[in-house]
Amino acid sequence: MKELVELLAKSLVDHADEVYVRKEESADTILLEITVNKDDLGKIIGRKGRVIKAIRTLVWACAPVEKRVMVELAE
Amino acid sequence: MKSVEIVAKTKEEALELALKELNVDESKVKVEVLEETSSKGFLGLLSVNRVKVRVSIKEDIAQKAVRFLREILVNMGIFAQVEMFKRPGYVMLNINGDDLGKLIGRHGQTLNALQYLVNLAVHKDTDEEDRVIIDVAGYRKRREENLKRLALSTAERVKRRGKKEVLNPMSPQERRIIHLTLQNNKEVVTHSEGEDPYRRVIIAPRNSVIN
Repeated sequence: MKELVELLAKSLVDHADEVYVRKEESADTILLEITVNKDDLGKIIGRKGRVIKAIRTLVWACAPVEKRVMVELAE
Repeated sequence: MKSVEIVAKTKEEALELALKELNVDESKVKVEVLEETSSKGFLGLLSVNRVKVRVSIKEDIAQKAVRFLREILVNMGIFAQVEMFKRPGYVMLNINGDDLGKLIGRHGQTLNALQYLVNLAVHKDTDEEDRVIIDVAGYRKRREENLKRLALSTAERVKRRGKKEVLNPMSPQERRIIHLTLQNNKEVVTHSEGEDPYRRVIIAPRNSVIN
């Protein structure tokens, strides 16, 4: 899942080499936090959050059922 | 992406050699100058120029989309085949395999997210405009047929009862199918109300609008 988020984020931004995804896992949750260059924040969020929403939808489609998976963007 | 690096005296010469080696014409490649050195020799009599270029074959949207989609599927842990068809104005990618329900999602939500992200990625550095349409095991086709049937049967009921009907919320592409199916219908008219993602098509008797 981390690799999926990395792949998607890199495909959207201008500074692909500055994309970093941090994974934090607990017993019932997984947090995937995306860090990108400040200039690329808008590209990951999209108009009305449409892009980040689509990323979440894809991640949730392949997420383990027993865990809550969150995809967030580091500010 | 296939590419070659060539050193020559001028950029033009390097490009020419590269095109010969790649066996393509200039419109299909991207040229990057990696190094350029020129040193004027004594009194300008002996000047040495050296240019190093990298020439790569550009992928078109269809090739990019197939490659990217396959990468996404691998990372989602989905094993499936991707077929590609070029059509005028768009590129069709069909995913086939077992157990692909999770790739479609509720009301095609996951499939639409996938299609949206693939389009964003492949259109990022290009002015090619062809859209990429992704289907999973013929899902979109079946859905389109169902929507057409729904449009026609609802129109029939509206005509019989003389009362308008409101359909369930649909995506813009789905609403488009309803509108197109009924655009030449003499008995009913269609329009949409509300905000995405809850925008709905309304089918109303034609005479009620005229009056």
